[in-house]
Amino acid sequence: MTAETHKKPGLETLRAAISRLEGHSDRRRTVLPFGVREIDSRLPGGGLALGALHEVAGGGNDALHSAAAGQFCAGIAARTRGKVLWIVTRQDVFAPSLKQVGLSARRTIFVEASSDIDVLACFEEGLRHGGLGAVVAEVARLSMTASRRLQLAAETSGSLGIAIRRWRRQTDAADFGQPTASVTRWRVSVLPSLPLPVPGVGRPRWLLELIRARAGECADFEVEACDAKGRLAPYIPVADRFSLPAALADRPDQEAVGERRTRA
Amino acid sequence: MGKDAPAPETPLALAGREGRRRVVLSVDLAARKLGLRPGTPVAKAQALYPDLVLMDADPEGDRLGLEKLALWFQHRIAPIVAVDAPDGLVLDTTGADHLHGGELPMLKDMVHRMAGAGFRAKAVVADTWGAAHALARYGRAPIAVMPPGNTASVLADLPLEALRLPSPIIEGLATLGVSRIGPLAAMPRAPLALRFGPDIARRLDQAFGRIGEAIVPVRPVNPVEVSRNFAEPIGAAETIARYIGKLVPLLCQGLDERGQGVRRLDLRLHRVDSRTEAIRVATAMPVRDVKRLTRLLCEKIETINPGFGIERMVLIASLAEPMDRRQTVSSLIAEEEADVSDLIDTLANRVGTQALYRFAPVESDLPERSFCRVSAMAPEETKDWPEHWPRPTRLLARPEPVQAMAELPDQPPLFFIWRGVRRKVKCADGPERVFGEWWKNDAELTIARDYFRVEDTSGERFWLYRAGDGEHGETGSQGWFLHGIFG
Repeated sequence: MTAETHKKPGLETLRAAISRLEGHSDRRRTVLPFGVREIDSRLPGGGLALGALHEVAGGGNDALHSAAAGQFCAGIAARTRGKVLWIVTRQDVFAPSLKQVGLSARRTIFVEASSDIDVLACFEEGLRHGGLGAVVAEVARLSMTASRRLQLAAETSGSLGIAIRRWRRQTDAADFGQPTASVTRWRVSVLPSLPLPVPGVGRPRWLLELIRARAGECADFEVEACDAKGRLAPYIPVADRFSLPAALADRPDQEAVGERRTRA
Repeated sequence: MGKDAPAPETPLALAGREGRRRVVLSVDLAARKLGLRPGTPVAKAQALYPDLVLMDADPEGDRLGLEKLALWFQHRIAPIVAVDAPDGLVLDTTGADHLHGGELPMLKDMVHRMAGAGFRAKAVVADTWGAAHALARYGRAPIAVMPPGNTASVLADLPLEALRLPSPIIEGLATLGVSRIGPLAAMPRAPLALRFGPDIARRLDQAFGRIGEAIVPVRPVNPVEVSRNFAEPIGAAETIARYIGKLVPLLCQGLDERGQGVRRLDLRLHRVDSRTEAIRVATAMPVRDVKRLTRLLCEKIETINPGFGIERMVLIASLAEPMDRRQTVSSLIAEEEADVSDLIDTLANRVGTQALYRFAPVESDLPERSFCRVSAMAPEETKDWPEHWPRPTRLLARPEPVQAMAELPDQPPLFFIWRGVRRKVKCADGPERVFGEWWKNDAELTIARDYFRVEDTSGERFWLYRAGDGEHGETGSQGWFLHGIFG
């Protein structure tokens, strides 16, 4: 909550009234913070809402491969607690890479569905269960009806649902403009890494575009990709680099114990 | 035969009595190559092939062995299994193939498991018992799924022996000049019935599916079983669901008394037209939970064809395993990890058990061999992948050849062309040299790969390798391949 809203109790009451109308009055929204101040301050509640559906797509060529988008989602899933269900139609996830953003292979259960319909059915089943840390599904088409079902399933159980939008052809990627019921919508594009003083590839950097956020505003962030515990880091230009240790200190690796599922 | 078994390359034949003669009843592959065929008199076979090993056939032992095998198949594959004497099994896999990922993967799995036990088996899915029997024995392919409705055309070319007719009838038909099923099916029935009896028409009709043929399944020893007879046949989905809801608690009570949980649960529905429909659900762990089992069964109701109605429902725990009561973790010590085994079962019954897995590390430097799939509920392994090099998020199923230019021997490429797009390399890490696994394969004795992680000018990062070490021709083609994409 930012400083201004505390000054306006009228606004707060109005917000409460709206959220009661939307049907989640009796539940305190819990969130999974990114640990990056710039991003968390733009998201309502100060982080990625749990018990909600989020959409992530890759930008440019990554719309087909979803390499950066997949790594971004794995980083989010790594910071939840409990098992992670990962639903795909064609399997090309390289398991050691998940380990490198903190998502252990012991926690990740893959489902290889034969069609998009099966993916959505398994996705909904996983969200409805409620015992999973996160449910990640790679889907191409996501209609309003389907996403609404998924969002409702996530709301009732409090699970985090992430739909990685991944298409077979670049032309199909225009589908990402269609409205869905997801709470946030992200596009992850790769950026050139920072030049190192020695030959080699530096820490990967991404452009995170928050295209849609319910009850929030759109924003773009330049970040450094997930580290070994799934945390992003804000991009700091070389000139300001001396402040880096302070920015990295005191960030939680995982959501705190007992923060989940505070249903009344 | 255990230790007394002769070496596989020795020709072996089994001998037995046929009427008053002692003849060879069956031969192995080595003996078949020599030219020996079943039906040869024993004295003649011994005279022709002096190093032939002859043993007495044991039909009773074979039958018992087949029955044991049938029970094993009933545990693992499908609820309705019967012995198809003398050398086969017949399974009704309707309602069970979804657990194995479809009909073809199921057949492959069966043949593979039999091969693991030392048997060469053939497996065929067809519309009727007769057609499957014929194709499995006289068809060419070791594994085949016959598309529904094609029975007549597929069977037409097969020899008459495929029809399960007694040998006097086959010999009689041979004197008439009939040797294939097609011409026999086209002949008028009445003269055939007059001369050979009703068997020919019956077997033909059974093979073509014109009359039914019940499969009387083998019964597991003393299973937990509950059943219900209906005064009036039932057919509506809701009614079936209601009676499932009544049967499952009774079954769970029976399991509770024995301290067991169910791994495979079969529901057999006996229809008024004396056919049996069956559905099977599988669980990853032994389960005795009424709600969970009811739900798993009810999800399968849509696959049942009730026909004119169902007069009897039988619920059998085909595979039950001991299940101990477990102490739940006290919240004082640690927070309990949520149990997801019920979700696993629900998903497995929808997409099949093969489609549900975790990745586990394998000790291999070759990326495509460094992981394996293990079942979702497998015990957690302690090993992990080494972490000293970054690994790509996506690994291409097959490395794609790219055109690249690089300085020899160990510099990263300056540019490469992948899928028609030329990319200039801005920076790169490498090489990471990986050697072939010579202990697995002689061809891999010399090969090597040099992996590079490269970033192009637009910031996209790729995993490239050169097949070879850049100096020695025997280490590989020295061509470049793209193997993965980094996030």
